[in-house]
Amino acid sequence: MMTFEYQVQPGDFTNAGFASSQVKKTLKQLNVDSAVIKRVVVALYEAEVNIVAHAHKGMIYVTIDNDKITIKLEDEGPGIPDIDLAMTAGYSTASPHVREMGFGAGMGLPNIKNNVDYLNVKSEVGVGTTVEIVVNF
Amino acid sequence: MPKSFFHHALKVNEDICTGCMHCLKKCPTEAIRMRSGKAKISANCCIDCGECFDACPDSAIYIEHDDLNTIFNYDYRIALVPAVLINQFKDDIPTPLIYQVIKELGFTHIFEIEQMADFLIEEIRKYAVEHAHIKPLISSFCPAIVRLIQVKFPSLTENLVLLKPPVDLAAMYWRQTLKKQGVSEDKIGLFYITPCAAKIAALKTPVGEEESQVTGVINMDFIYNRVLRKIKEEHRVDAENVELSKISSRASLWSTTEGEKKNMLGRALAIDGVHNISEFLEKVENDELPDVDYLELRACDESCAGGILLTGNRFLTVERMKKRAETIRESETPDNHFEIDNDIADYMRTNMGVQKVLPRSMMCLDENRGIAMKKMALIRDLMSHLPGVDCGTCGAPTCQALAEDIAKVEATLTNCIFLQTSMEGRGSMTAQERVETFRKIWGNK
Repeated sequence: MMTFEYQVQPGDFTNAGFASSQVKKTLKQLNVDSAVIKRVVVALYEAEVNIVAHAHKGMIYVTIDNDKITIKLEDEGPGIPDIDLAMTAGYSTASPHVREMGFGAGMGLPNIKNNVDYLNVKSEVGVGTTVEIVVNF
Repeated sequence: MPKSFFHHALKVNEDICTGCMHCLKKCPTEAIRMRSGKAKISANCCIDCGECFDACPDSAIYIEHDDLNTIFNYDYRIALVPAVLINQFKDDIPTPLIYQVIKELGFTHIFEIEQMADFLIEEIRKYAVEHAHIKPLISSFCPAIVRLIQVKFPSLTENLVLLKPPVDLAAMYWRQTLKKQGVSEDKIGLFYITPCAAKIAALKTPVGEEESQVTGVINMDFIYNRVLRKIKEEHRVDAENVELSKISSRASLWSTTEGEKKNMLGRALAIDGVHNISEFLEKVENDELPDVDYLELRACDESCAGGILLTGNRFLTVERMKKRAETIRESETPDNHFEIDNDIADYMRTNMGVQKVLPRSMMCLDENRGIAMKKMALIRDLMSHLPGVDCGTCGAPTCQALAEDIAKVEATLTNCIFLQTSMEGRGSMTAQERVETFRKIWGNK
């Protein structure tokens, strides 16, 4: 088992995707199937951008086991009032500023869900959100 | 995993290599290490892009090609030339003269391969419609890029357009045309005049096809020198009765940057330069790039006009090519394409596909994930000891590369001069041991 930690800088879209790129490189080195890597990276990137776009503090904890990767993204931020609604394709709470930068089209959570084997979203309005993702190798 | 996947055209001449390290950091796949004072290129990582060839101040890196005399083993000796060739020569040397002098070197025919581009453009468009679910489709025209994707971006091998490039189509066209005239296969010699190393490597071990239709490959700088010398020596000014290419303006620009892009339907992007492309493909892999239908990617700056075997300045070459295309356009009719007989075109359509290009990741530390994880843990530990200055004096391009080499048991931690110094200070390494370590990497410098 190995663990990695990445700090996310909210509001810094320029560096959004750093964790996904690092995780991608690691999985390539571990000879994980490229189709599986793609799913991990797409899900992680979406989740990372969610923190950059909405939260004011965020951390990513990655655990890699022989047969799976577990990623926990914890943020302090506005939280999601209705998780079921956020899981619906097209729903977005992103500000116009965020949309202008090409993010926040409202495909985040559904797209993550489509790419992972397990997804758990816990959120408290005004406190923050925790997203847990598992992808089996 | 086989020891070496690819044939390589780039070689190091150890008699000339001074171990100056200029190539070490330029390599986009970190394929070079310094050992005994010489650059060593790893066969599994090298993509034949030629960045090292360009970086070498002593011309110690060379490109292996076929002997011109081998053409005389064939009755039909066809020179397959890319459009960039004639644009290497200055404006005062007329194209018919260049063609005639190339023939005088021993060829029976000259064929400009971009004459196949119109045919190819139509086929790629059809392919794009049939493969609309793959986004983006990635051009497989530049063989260095195909290899870059195999070793560094394996998941994107699925996006490659699995159609043969113009040189292979030209070879197929000639074989079929001559066979139809009753010429037997063993009398046909098709020789490609190449602007780069990657094309040689690709033709010697084609990716995704059994065997190349091309007989041999000759470096363009070699032909350029021979032709120019002959023109100068013999005070040649003009040539008569030489049949020139019948080529459309768009086909004549195929190998320049945007040459493919401009002919693709939908949203297409053209990127040149291998480092630019690596950076961009990272984003493609992360799915950070929505709604692009087609990517034209060429390893050299200014695409084939920047090929490492070209003599002329790449910007001037492109300027001449554009001027030529403009001249063609002025008298162009809508069906001014090179015409291929229907039966041969049908044959080509049936046979122009290549098999699936397989990923050949160079990144994997071990095929066994348990072992790979152990190696990775070791690398992380090593990285906390290494200085992180990427000086290259250990013989690897970066500290990370050294750490990976150590995990693969291809180097030792004592290769690092920073660690050597502190070890000697602590008394755990003697001055003699330092000298020996240094010689392993740097020879008797």
